[in-house]
Amino acid sequence: MKQLFYYILSLFSTLTLDAQIAIKGEKVYTMSGEVIPNGVVLIKDGRIEKVGASLKIPSNYTVFQAKVVTPGLVDARSVVGLSGPLNIPIDQDQLEKSNPIQPDLRAIDAYNPDDTLVGYLRVNGVTTIHTGHGVGALVSGQTMVAKTKPGLIDAVTIVPRIMLAMSLGTSVEANFTSPGTKSKEIAMLRTELIKAQIYEKKMSSKDSTKQPSRDLNMEVLVKLLHGEIKALISANTSLDILSAIRLAKEFNLRLVIEGGAEAYRLIDKIKGSGIEIIVHPTMARPYGEMANMTMENAAILTAAGIPVSIESGYEGYVPKTRVILFEAAAAAANGLPYEDALKAITLNPARLLGLDKRIGSIEKGKDGDIVLYDGDPFEYTTHVCKVFIDGQLVADNCQ
Amino acid sequence: MKKHLLAGVMVQLLLLLDFHGQAQERPIAFKGALIYPVTGPPIEKGILIVQKGRILAVGDATTSIPSDAEIIDATGKVIIPGIVDTHSHIGGPEGGDNSNALNPEVRVLDAVNPSSNSFKKALAGGITTANIMPGSGHLMSGQTIYLKMRQSQDIEGMLEINEKGVYGGMKMANGTNSMRGANGFPGTRAKSAAMDRELFVKAVEYKKKLDSAIAKKDSTKMPERDLRMESMVEVLEGRRIVHFHTHKMNDILTVLRLKKEFGFRVVLHHVSEAWKVIDAIAAAGVPCSIINIDAPGGKLEAMNLEKGKDADFVILTGDPFSVYTHVEQTWVEGLKRFDRSIPSDKAFAVGGYKIYTPEGAQEDDDKDYEWSDER
Repeated sequence: MKQLFYYILSLFSTLTLDAQIAIKGEKVYTMSGEVIPNGVVLIKDGRIEKVGASLKIPSNYTVFQAKVVTPGLVDARSVVGLSGPLNIPIDQDQLEKSNPIQPDLRAIDAYNPDDTLVGYLRVNGVTTIHTGHGVGALVSGQTMVAKTKPGLIDAVTIVPRIMLAMSLGTSVEANFTSPGTKSKEIAMLRTELIKAQIYEKKMSSKDSTKQPSRDLNMEVLVKLLHGEIKALISANTSLDILSAIRLAKEFNLRLVIEGGAEAYRLIDKIKGSGIEIIVHPTMARPYGEMANMTMENAAILTAAGIPVSIESGYEGYVPKTRVILFEAAAAAANGLPYEDALKAITLNPARLLGLDKRIGSIEKGKDGDIVLYDGDPFEYTTHVCKVFIDGQLVADNCQ
Repeated sequence: MKKHLLAGVMVQLLLLLDFHGQAQERPIAFKGALIYPVTGPPIEKGILIVQKGRILAVGDATTSIPSDAEIIDATGKVIIPGIVDTHSHIGGPEGGDNSNALNPEVRVLDAVNPSSNSFKKALAGGITTANIMPGSGHLMSGQTIYLKMRQSQDIEGMLEINEKGVYGGMKMANGTNSMRGANGFPGTRAKSAAMDRELFVKAVEYKKKLDSAIAKKDSTKMPERDLRMESMVEVLEGRRIVHFHTHKMNDILTVLRLKKEFGFRVVLHHVSEAWKVIDAIAAAGVPCSIINIDAPGGKLEAMNLEKGKDADFVILTGDPFSVYTHVEQTWVEGLKRFDRSIPSDKAFAVGGYKIYTPEGAQEDDDKDYEWSDER
């Protein structure tokens, strides 16, 4: 019933897409240049038409006003849509424990755009999420990118398969009898990747009788080996981060480190290596493999010239999601320069996802994903007032 | 070996000396801060004077400062009362085990480690008093303790004992949290309430025998000691407050129903759906301790700054509600317990390599967090 409602709603939205909007902000953070005082963003047919100071607003444009305007926020890593708010088996689909290595699990077969938490993120300014299978298996499955606007999965999905979610460390050992050690984890992953190399070689045989039968797992791992999808490896301790780097080097994987609680200790290893970093929520709990975390992690990495994205991430128990706006705020309060903190939840994750031509900044031609605030976005007392996705008003909180 | 012993004695002596050295006979006056006494309007450029662990005076710029006072310039800072965390799991609290859903005899006191690093972390956040509770997953997981963040080698040195001689509450929970459906744990909401009521009815009987024996001054009529019943009597007499983990509207109403039947004092914790039954809660006159919008923070309930009260306060760099504001200093009973300008103290505010776990071992203190009751 709810699905039908959103379906009808999205039909109407399509009809009103060519609505033309002007957003005036006392401060417009475009992320692609300097902050624009008294800026105007014009949106036409769901895309950004123009942005600048003292733009002339055509009379047929609906005008909205705000103290501060930013691009729609991009959550670099989440499990929302697969892991629901109830914390009971029926709404927890982020981790399949039947096998420690399952690259064939697709995020789009599990993502629920109607989930309460998707709505929660939307009203808090998140317009795009990178979501999918969770932490806790050597290879837990694929990830995807979606807009948080209401609608059926095909309408909201931007990239159905973007990365392969992998994990190293005690979370894997807790979920499976094997691997039971760090060495075994890496041995199992290497074995599987070598299998994929052999599979690919056999598949390329000109003699079709020599080709093996299709193997869904192998197909995905071949894409990983080719760099068509990135290796998103959850690793928090220095040891696990270094293991991920070693593995990526051996198989020439495009490595994204997720979590990275001790990344601040490995600046020389990470800088200039092409490794991308998604840091855990600034206010994460320092225990277990995150015992050595610091709230200055993002600041230290950024100061060293390593771009970071801040994620809402995943926690097995609570909270079922975090809000990246608050996490970036805490990073800003702990040494991360203001605009870098905004970049960590807009342009940096957009680049990480290869979607910076569409999202992550307020620039001509990009998607009409805009957030309006009644004050400094990072302050507790500020509200996200309005959220636009593809030029559609999807949240209106300050009435 | 002897050397070690001697060194140990020396350390003990030094600690004692240090303690006496800090006894704070000389008044300290903080000048120039914006003071939020909480019980009254904020005071611009106020003066706070503390001595012997207590607040000697709090007032505006005209407040007279004793001539022997040490004066600390707090211009541009903000001073608030020490923060009271009404729902805390620091120090490694433990409650009942898997053998029983109702554990009134079990004390957090016997598990909390007074030298836990988590107290330093709490101080870095401006917390001076905490209600430390067992994690739940039980209908009644045990007795909580109210602690002041004093430096102490034993937990007794940290207890806040109230005027009724009680230093803690009783932790209860309902809803799905304690519904395990096995091992004598309830599987439904109705069974949960029935089990609670059975225990309370038993306690009422016990109390009746106790009261009657006391009234008759006949010690032979005294019921046999029963640890479970003794703490339940404290609950029935309102000396021990029940801290009730409850979320859903129907579960909140169940708590209020139990309260009405047995007359105990209760604080509702978490109460996600309180807004749906706000009239019923108001009519029952029951306070709430709520979770903040983003789970990691929250649960603040401020004390206040009044003459004669404990000198527990926090010096902030700015607006208490700004994300950019840091706790600069935390004072407990007139002693400075946290100072952000000292790097080893600041580390507890931000974290870092082997800060929370100096031995490199994984933090054990929060081990029951995983199944505790933050949901």
